[in-house]
Amino acid sequence: MMVSVVALARSRNLFAAVVLSGVYSFLMATVLVALDAVDVAMTEAAVGAGVSTVLLLGALHLCKSEEAKPAHRPWLPLSVAIGTGALLVYGSFGMPEFSNPLAPIHQHVVPRYLQNEVDLPNVVTAVLASFRGYDTLGETTVVFTAGAGIIALLRRRKKGKRAEGKADEK
Amino acid sequence: MKNDLVLRVVGKLLIPFILLFALYVQFHGDFGPGGGFQAGVMLAAAIVFYALIFGVPATQRAVPEWLVETMLASGVLIYAGVGLAGLLLGGNFLDYFVLDKDPVHGQHRGIFWVEAGVATTVAGVMLKIFYMFAMRGRLED
Repeated sequence: MMVSVVALARSRNLFAAVVLSGVYSFLMATVLVALDAVDVAMTEAAVGAGVSTVLLLGALHLCKSEEAKPAHRPWLPLSVAIGTGALLVYGSFGMPEFSNPLAPIHQHVVPRYLQNEVDLPNVVTAVLASFRGYDTLGETTVVFTAGAGIIALLRRRKKGKRAEGKADEK
Repeated sequence: MKNDLVLRVVGKLLIPFILLFALYVQFHGDFGPGGGFQAGVMLAAAIVFYALIFGVPATQRAVPEWLVETMLASGVLIYAGVGLAGLLLGGNFLDYFVLDKDPVHGQHRGIFWVEAGVATTVAGVMLKIFYMFAMRGRLED
């Protein structure tokens, strides 16, 4: 993963960058499987490595395949990124140990989720669709809004034809 | 890639299985890993795969644009409709316990329809974005 990220940052060829980001997503999916988060891993493999690679290739089709030379040296963004990363790592020292059953997150609502009054074998689905139904409705609306935004941005070109078609129908 | 024989044959062999697996992930999401979101993405990925091999016009004959746009909106409507059904049957918004006499079965029913809504919207949006980019390149060529 480290290798693919460094290669991703260094490569000037956008096609290589797209493929490398797909590789990174697949490696991330294997990490998530190792963490027992199979649902997330599946999503990562399908979205990160599959569809978004295809969409990026589609976008690449519209522009040049070489990245332009950056106008500035990357030192300021690099130092901000490293600083934030260091802060996050420092913060993670305060978290309870991984897979510690006494961690606060396992004491609050999780026991009720696991009691499973919904009676579904896959707890992730139960939490996602039932206990947190509002969240998922919001997410679906976000996805829908993204699609509607894309339509609003990219369809302008066809407007003339569409208006004519409507006029013909009338 | 239209004239590549290997790709055409392999694509024809694989796409039905990808679609089938998407349906499996959709309907088996209650029991194993998976659910609406993953199934929607797989469905879209299978159709994008078809478009890459056989070209966008052929795909748009199979999955026309109006269908994609309808899917995009109807998924959210199905989801919100489940919520409203709960409201009409005397529960709270998105309360699945009232959807059937047996509360647990009502939950299952609610989750099934909610997942269906998620899958529909996700597949619609992914396909729409893909169509938009693909058609854009075509118009400018």
